[in-house]
Amino acid sequence: MTDASINNASATEHEAQFGDYFALLKPRVMTLVVFTAFVGLLAAPVAVHPFVGFCAVLFIAVGGGASGALNMWWDADIDAVMKRTARRPIPAGKVTPQEALALGVALSGFSVVLLGLATNWVAAGLLAFTIFFYVVIYTMWLKRWTPQNIVIGGAAGAFPPMIGWAAATGGISVKSVLMFCLTFMWTPPHFWALALFMRGDYDAAKVPMLTVTHGRKSTRAHILVYTLLLAVLAISISFTGAGGPIYLIVSVVLNALFIKGAFAIWRRDETQAEADDFRAERRFFKLSLLYLFLHFGAILAEAGFDRFGLQLTFGGLL
Amino acid sequence: MSFQDEHELHIRRRGRNLGVGLLLGALIAIIFGLTYVKITSQGFQAPSNVAGAE
Repeated sequence: MTDASINNASATEHEAQFGDYFALLKPRVMTLVVFTAFVGLLAAPVAVHPFVGFCAVLFIAVGGGASGALNMWWDADIDAVMKRTARRPIPAGKVTPQEALALGVALSGFSVVLLGLATNWVAAGLLAFTIFFYVVIYTMWLKRWTPQNIVIGGAAGAFPPMIGWAAATGGISVKSVLMFCLTFMWTPPHFWALALFMRGDYDAAKVPMLTVTHGRKSTRAHILVYTLLLAVLAISISFTGAGGPIYLIVSVVLNALFIKGAFAIWRRDETQAEADDFRAERRFFKLSLLYLFLHFGAILAEAGFDRFGLQLTFGGLL
Repeated sequence: MSFQDEHELHIRRRGRNLGVGLLLGALIAIIFGLTYVKITSQGFQAPSNVAGAE
């Protein structure tokens, strides 16, 4: 290191700490990635050594985190004008965009190669594709171009259970695709609810979210339609090899609550929503997090019973 | 004989350096653990060009 770089570093107002770099990896999103990848890995019919399984989930999480850092590098201009993201490390001036880019690229390569060496190259290939999809297809292309951004881009967040499954089995199956579909269909209503109560954010950033391009009334209708489609899919999974009676009970209860929440959002107008500070929308968003965790928890429980020889499926049509 | 004073930069970056150090330590432990698991698993086969692999 030269004297000049030391002097430059001391001239910066804030010295980036370890936590600032960690924040680039979007740790809260990572919890979803870790949990769904873990379920995919354990739901697979092939037993994996616990340490290899731990490493697989860790590398998938690091890969997810790397794509988060690359997303923050590309979207620093958007993040700076949105209230929700203005305190992220780059707009807050804690980390430079170049550092985020370097960290994202390095961790992407690192996670894909190590996942391949630890498990197999199908899983590694899926992880590489997920990073590519999130960074290039969603962040660079869809997000600023079409209101369907999160509908199609949601696929990136839906891949982790498939990667977990592939890490155990070395392939793709109907069950792992069903887990993908569940997260894929869940993403739009989850994000549109967020877009409703983070009102001015997307307008200010000129991101073509549905609320901006089609209006808020249309977004409320979209949430209801997608919630109904999601309910059909989620409950249908009960009658496949991935589901069973436990999953069915959990799914019916959660989908009833979710549809009730979506109806409440659909029936409201902006005056009502503003009067109670978007209470129904915020509740629906919180419920959506629980919805996904409990569905995957139920898939995990079914897989656990299967492993101990207690087949609880309804014959497993798929 | 006295040691050179610690540069202010090292004090400022202590948390960051410790974090990187711990991560590198964890990486070594993970690679070692994976290697151990791989070579002690039942399906392990040494590459054919390694002496004694036959």
